[in-house]
Amino acid sequence: MSFRAVSAKGVTIPQPGFNKGKLLKPAVFIVCLLPFVMAVAGVATSRFVDPVESLLHITGEWGLRMLLITLCVTPIQFIFKWAAVAKLRRMLGLFAFFYTTVHLATWLVLDQGLNLRDAFESIIDNKYITVGIISWIGLFVLAVTSNRFSVRKLGRRWKSLHSWVYVLVLLGIVHFIWQVKASEIVEPSVYLGFFAVLLIWRFVRMVKR
Amino acid sequence: MATKIKSSEITPENVFRQRRLLLQAAGLGLGAAGTGIMMPERLHAATPGFENVSEWAASTDETQSSFEQATTYNNFYELGTDKGDPAKNAKALVTEPWTVEVGGECEKGGKYALEDILKPHALEERVYRLRCVEAWSMVIPWVGFPLADLLKRFEPNSKAKYVQFETILDPENLPGQKFPILQWPYAEGLRIDEAMHPLTLMAVGLYGKELPAQNGAPLRLVVPWKYGFKSIKSIVSINFVEEEPATSWNKSAPREYGFYSNVNPQVSHPRWSQAKERRLDADSSGFSALFSEKRDTEMFNGYADEVASLYAGMDLKKSF
Repeated sequence: MSFRAVSAKGVTIPQPGFNKGKLLKPAVFIVCLLPFVMAVAGVATSRFVDPVESLLHITGEWGLRMLLITLCVTPIQFIFKWAAVAKLRRMLGLFAFFYTTVHLATWLVLDQGLNLRDAFESIIDNKYITVGIISWIGLFVLAVTSNRFSVRKLGRRWKSLHSWVYVLVLLGIVHFIWQVKASEIVEPSVYLGFFAVLLIWRFVRMVKR
Repeated sequence: MATKIKSSEITPENVFRQRRLLLQAAGLGLGAAGTGIMMPERLHAATPGFENVSEWAASTDETQSSFEQATTYNNFYELGTDKGDPAKNAKALVTEPWTVEVGGECEKGGKYALEDILKPHALEERVYRLRCVEAWSMVIPWVGFPLADLLKRFEPNSKAKYVQFETILDPENLPGQKFPILQWPYAEGLRIDEAMHPLTLMAVGLYGKELPAQNGAPLRLVVPWKYGFKSIKSIVSINFVEEEPATSWNKSAPREYGFYSNVNPQVSHPRWSQAKERRLDADSSGFSALFSEKRDTEMFNGYADEVASLYAGMDLKKSF
C-alpha cells in the first residue's frame, strides 16, 4: 500500500496524516546534535584528560564532516532520486556552521583565554589558523544569508554566493592538514579524497548538461 | 618510626574515589567492569610497588597530576598514535624477559639483564614537571635513580661525547610499529654532560608503582628540562658515541624538533607558540578544567638554575 497519491501529471503529492517527511527533519536534527551532546557529557564526567584539546578536535572534525555531508545532499538527491533530502540542506549547513563556531569559540575563549592580542598574533603567525579563520568568516556570510528572505532578495546572486562553499570547505581541509603531525595525515586525506570525488561528480554533471 | 605515607599516594587516591563515585552515579561502574577494561584505579592497586624508596629533597610541591591522567594520556606511538591508545594497547608491550644492550665507546659493554641493570641502585622518588612539546604539562612522582650512576658502571672512555638510546623494536606485537609512522626503533640521544647531569633520571616507576607499559616499562629516561619526547621509553639499547646521534623526531621533521629540544618559551614550534602550557593535574577535572588558565612556560621547564650552565655560549634559537 502506498502512502502517496499520484496526480495526473505523475507528480507525487504527500498524503495528509502520516508523513515520513515530517519525521525526517527532527530525526536528523537530533542525530546532528549528538556529537555535541556527547562532547559536553564527556567533559562533565572528566572523560577527557585534556578537555579543551578534545573539544577543539571534536568540534573541528564535526564541522568538516557536516560540511561534507551538506555537499552530499545534491548528489544523493540525483543518484537515489530522493527529492525530499533537499529539505535537509539548510539545516545541515547550519549545523556545519554551528560546529565550526563552537570550534572557533573554544579556541578563542578556552584555549586563548580571550586574550585577543595573543589570538590575533596566532592568526597572523600560523597559516593554518589564518585559513581556518577565513573559512569561518565565509561560512558566517553563508549562514546569515541562508534564510528565505536572503534567497528572495539576492535572487540569482544567491546561488553564486553560496557556491563559494566549495572553496570554504577546501580551506577547512587545508586548515586540518596543516595542523596535524605527519603521522595523523590519514583523516584529513580521507576528507580531501571525499571532497575531490564530490567535485568530480559536480564537474561531470555540469559537462553532461 | 611509623611508615610514612608519601604525598603522591594521597592526592590521587582521593581523585580515584571521586571518579569511582561519579562512575557509579552515572551507572557506568557495572558496564566498565563487564567489558573487562582495566580501570586505572584497579591497575594502580594491582601493580606491584617498591620497597625502600627514599624521597628526593628537591621535589616540586606543585599539585600533582593524578595517576589516571599520567597513565591514560600518553604519547607512545609504538602502542598507537592517539593519546588514549597506549593504555588500551598496553598488553602489546612484552617486558619479560628484558635485556639492555650496552655498546660503543665504553669498557664494560655487553648484554645486561634488567635485574643486573637495576641491582646496585637505590631507588628514589622525585616529583618532576613534565612539559610536552604539544604545550601541555603534568607533575609526576617518578621512581628511579640518576642515569649518571648507571652510565659510570659501563666506564665510558674519552671518545664518548654522546649517548644514544633505543626503544624496543617488536613490530609483531607493537601495533604502531606495523606502520612507518616514525623510523623504528625510536631513537633518542643526549650529550654526555646532559646524560651525566644529576637531574637526569632513569625511571622504573611512578606513583610508587612499577611503570605501566604505556609509561615506558620497564625502564625509561626522564629529562625534566627537555620536551617529553626526549625522555625515551622502554629502553633496550645504550650506546656511547663520538658524534651527535640521529634522533627519531628530528629525522621525521628536522625543522620542528631539534636535537636539544630544551623547554624554551622563547623558541616557538613552527606551528605553535611554546610560551604557555596547559597544566593537566588533579585540579583539572570536569567543567572547571575548561576554564583553568594556561600558565607561562618556564625556561628549561623551571630547572634553569641547575642546567643553564650546560648551554653557556650556545645560541639556543639555532640549537633548539
